[in-house]
Amino acid sequence: MKRIVYREWRLAPQRYWGLLVILAAIAGLGGLAFAYMEHEGHWVTGMSNQVVWGTPHVFAVFLIVSASGALNVASIGSVFGKYLYKPLARLSGLLAVALLAGGLMVLVLDLGRPDRLVVAMTIYNFRSIFAWNIFLYTGFMAIVIAYLWTMAERKGNPYTKPVGFFAFFWRLMLTTGTGSIFGFLVARQAYDTAVMAPLFVAMSFAFGLAIFMLVLMFAFAQDDRPIGESMLFRLRNLLGTFIGAVLFFVLVYFLTKLYGAKNYDLVSFYLVDGGIYTALFWIGWILIGSLFPLGILFHPELGRSSTWIASACGMVVLGGLSSMYVIIIGGQAYPMQMFPGKTILESGFHDGVGGALAAYAPSVPEVLLGAGGVAVVLLITAVGMRVLQFLPESLADRDVDPHVAAKA
Amino acid sequence: MANALIRSSLLAIGLSGAALPFPGVSADFAPGNHVIAGSRAADLEHCVRETSFMRRNHMELIEHQRHVTVHEGVRATEYGLSGCVACHVSYDREGQPVPIYSEGQFCETCHEFAAVELTCFDCHATVPAHTDAEARDEVAPQSGGQAEADVAPVSAVPAAGMEVARAPHELRKEVGD
Amino acid sequence: MTMNERKEQVDAGRRKVLGAAVGVASVTAAPGVVLHTLAVAEPRSKPVTDSVRWGMLIDSSKCAEGCDACVTACNKENGLDLQARPEGEDAAKWDRQVAKWIRMVKVQDNLTGYVSRLPMMCQHCELPPCVDVCPTGASFKRADGIVLVDRHICIGCRYCMMACPYKARSFIHEVVKVKLTRAPRGKGCVESCNLCVHRRDNGEASTACADACAAEGQGAILFGDLKDPDSPLMKALAALPSREIRGDLDLNTGVRYTGV
Repeated sequence: MKRIVYREWRLAPQRYWGLLVILAAIAGLGGLAFAYMEHEGHWVTGMSNQVVWGTPHVFAVFLIVSASGALNVASIGSVFGKYLYKPLARLSGLLAVALLAGGLMVLVLDLGRPDRLVVAMTIYNFRSIFAWNIFLYTGFMAIVIAYLWTMAERKGNPYTKPVGFFAFFWRLMLTTGTGSIFGFLVARQAYDTAVMAPLFVAMSFAFGLAIFMLVLMFAFAQDDRPIGESMLFRLRNLLGTFIGAVLFFVLVYFLTKLYGAKNYDLVSFYLVDGGIYTALFWIGWILIGSLFPLGILFHPELGRSSTWIASACGMVVLGGLSSMYVIIIGGQAYPMQMFPGKTILESGFHDGVGGALAAYAPSVPEVLLGAGGVAVVLLITAVGMRVLQFLPESLADRDVDPHVAAKA
Repeated sequence: MANALIRSSLLAIGLSGAALPFPGVSADFAPGNHVIAGSRAADLEHCVRETSFMRRNHMELIEHQRHVTVHEGVRATEYGLSGCVACHVSYDREGQPVPIYSEGQFCETCHEFAAVELTCFDCHATVPAHTDAEARDEVAPQSGGQAEADVAPVSAVPAAGMEVARAPHELRKEVGD
Repeated sequence: MTMNERKEQVDAGRRKVLGAAVGVASVTAAPGVVLHTLAVAEPRSKPVTDSVRWGMLIDSSKCAEGCDACVTACNKENGLDLQARPEGEDAAKWDRQVAKWIRMVKVQDNLTGYVSRLPMMCQHCELPPCVDVCPTGASFKRADGIVLVDRHICIGCRYCMMACPYKARSFIHEVVKVKLTRAPRGKGCVESCNLCVHRRDNGEASTACADACAAEGQGAILFGDLKDPDSPLMKALAALPSREIRGDLDLNTGVRYTGV
């Protein structure tokens, strides 16, 4: 097979620095938003004692879940032996580290006491999945950096496969751990289910790959590097499969919940009368996030156009944010069922009087903090691609596809 | 040989000179620097432990005691933060206590110099227990025959109506130290 | 009778009288001595043990319509009435963010229409979900059964608030300007009812809410030791049918309800 050449991203300097300036400005705004929230206290956000995790967590969990999914592409090469994906492995690793760094940053900056991060990193309660996640997240970053080293350093090449295996196993544990944050909670009816873990794993596959494809296509387009149909269509089909997997787990979730009489109200909240949550579920998650992209990706004409494929990836990303919002915030908005068979007439603590949902509206500081996290991800990726050799020179068919290369 | 000797002695001088600014290594601060005139501590030689020990190790006492109080419920102690506040707080001309973490007050002067940020007073009261803010209405005892106690009695009253939490050396007497 | 024998007889008699007198005196004085030691509240000097387990019985049938004495008392005891709406904050949003350790809830049965009114607070479970999920171990259960937050270690992640089946926890959303010595609290940490732990540790008999309810004449809240079969609490629990809220979760709560 032809030797793969990796080269720095040769984007025109004005464009590159312009991009960095914009991203740094957004990240800076995120930092200001954090400073404001930390100084004043969380009263400035839309979060309350009923909806305790808000928009920053939507962004943070989305980014973290996508991080483990972004590493998938590299795993397919190293673990599953599909050498066609090998040229993509370095970018996959870089993106995984960047996404995790951004997601973790947003999560940590939203803590009530971020000055106690050192406490969080030194004192652990190992019954808590959160405590395990701290190890899973930081360990993931270390392992992926080691994985990148095995790929980039000639001496490390023999270790790519075992480290790749380890990284693949680790990222599955990480996403299982992230899903279990919710799945382990007996208190809330929307959670408390074992299917949260595999649902999150499936979502990581889909979101991670969509973000990877967007970054790859943008970077290559800016640098006039070719992506051959062979590579593009394989990635496209993979994305379609992953979206299907997410739909499968969503279906399983609702069917299972629907079997219990106590959950009828919950299912109708999500699917019928939950207001904004129902709208985001059907329009954001199902239509824009799943059905439209599937339609585009497997369309005989649209599915062959890289612009349409890119727009499908963008829709998956939007759908991903919607799904996180529905799961995280919708799950909290739905009133806690403390008195089955009874209706709450009055409550001094907003316990769902008459079945009312808990109120929540995203506030500007929260959205800015989330956006700042995304900007940090893109900053790390842009600088990494520019300064180091993460991007292959070409993904044209003759360069990567052994069948085409043999004919040439 | 001579070069090595000169170099090592210069190094020794340099290192010992560098160690001078560090409070832990060098001699004590000038005595009476940080205790505020008008606080109860100003009248005492020391009460919890010797001053030189307290200067370097008070944080260890506080950190250990906070765990003991929260997890084991032990409050009969001279190491409690409320005792520190009661003794070291100073009073203004009207006899009102000045919040202990304000500028120029006991904790802040030293911590500002050492650039060690304190977050204790994010949660803990900066003035001793005050009758107005901390008063409770007397309630009838619960059925069961156990009488309810009053708020802890005071030992010294700096201003009318002011209550001061028990000072450490008084607590020590009661516990039978 | 010899001199010695007579002396012994008199001595024996004197001994009996003295003994009887001492006996009578001590029986008379003992309750006073006992009451005196109980009445003077002493701060705890030895660590808590699991020889007691604090709990409550709440009789919702005794909870009077419109009464919130327990809420007012708790707020005053723990400094929650000192919370002030930050300037510029919307009143409705602030009401969702202000910390409440105890609240009144009124529920109606969907079929029978029966209405119950009850105060709701941290249930002090034996197997608390909030303790399981806290990443730093700040949310913990003390030896005597009280579940509380160690605010020195709490990082404010709010996972315990997600996990609590009773929505009992509050997050402090604003800078706390006025702090009580007996109940420290500050921005960025999570808190909930701690059965007036400062009262426990200072040797006082009961919680603020229980005392306030008794003072109002309702007596709906009974506080006591769940490990003492002779305590008024355990006697009441033995006599009345009671249950845990969300008993299907099998958390073995320390707070039990009757009439709900």
